[in-house]
Amino acid sequence: MTPSSAFWLGVRALLPMLLGVIPFGVIYGVVALQSGIPPLAAFLMSSVVFAGSAQFLLAQLVGVGAPALLMVGAVGLINLRHALYSASVAPVLHALPRRWKLLLAYLLTDEAYAAAIPHLLAEPRSPFAHWILFGAGFALWFGWQLSTLAGVLLGAQLPADLGLDFALPLTFIAIVVPLIDSRARLAAALVAGAVAVLLVSMPYKTGLFVAVLAGLVAGAFMQRRGSR
Amino acid sequence: MSQTALILLWIACGALTFAIRYSFIALEGHYQPPSWFIRWLPFVPIAALTAITVPELLLVTGQFDVGTGNPRFWAGLVAIGVAARWKSTLLTIASGFVAFWLLQQLV
Repeated sequence: MTPSSAFWLGVRALLPMLLGVIPFGVIYGVVALQSGIPPLAAFLMSSVVFAGSAQFLLAQLVGVGAPALLMVGAVGLINLRHALYSASVAPVLHALPRRWKLLLAYLLTDEAYAAAIPHLLAEPRSPFAHWILFGAGFALWFGWQLSTLAGVLLGAQLPADLGLDFALPLTFIAIVVPLIDSRARLAAALVAGAVAVLLVSMPYKTGLFVAVLAGLVAGAFMQRRGSR
Repeated sequence: MSQTALILLWIACGALTFAIRYSFIALEGHYQPPSWFIRWLPFVPIAALTAITVPELLLVTGQFDVGTGNPRFWAGLVAIGVAARWKSTLLTIASGFVAFWLLQQLV
């Protein structure tokens, strides 16, 4: 394997996922403008934050005028799952120079991780395995930038009542439902959802934090009970 | 918020996101996270994304509504069924939107 063949292996592994990511990126651009974010800032968010679902949430919170600290906290909470991917790829990247680690950490998304990990596990000793992750990460980054730019340019021309903001709950359903493969995970989802509805009148979506914590406790409790 | 304030907000969110993604890559070989942390991590995206989604489906302008006046609830159920059966991101989003638009026309 050469750096070039490893890079293209990563790109090819990611390409099918762009089918889902490109419409999602376009819809993000539209939703960001509808939340009152200026076009330049909406486009820049895609490279500065570079996290699909967190960008949707952030755009919505800007739209309702949430406090800045709460918005940063919400983005951190949503993106905490990337720590899981970081721990998973860390052994493969261990011997690389720091500039590679910084670059690959920036590009470490749900999609890039999912596309690259089967190949990384198959080629753990290849000196060029990190090029696979770079190929997948770069392909996603490029697709995301182009599609959000398209959304930002289209956004001004689309009517607001198409219900495109419904893409956010739909995308989250698409991410979460396949993750629910145990009773403990189902409990975490049901409790978090129920508490979020009960506490929805708390200001600036602070009920969200309580709901997430309640879901975590419920999931951990069920897991502990199940393992006995 | 001004454009400058927004971009500063993006930088704060981006720095935090980057720190999360870099965390274990940077720590590899220096630090082993506690086992409870690793056990709890998989529940974080499930609890967070569900807590955001469920109120969007069950509430209409802050009021609980699962009747014919709330197409998002019914379209959401369609999307959940499709996601559980096919585990496809694209199919889930597409079926949910089609159901949502059809229900809007009907009601």
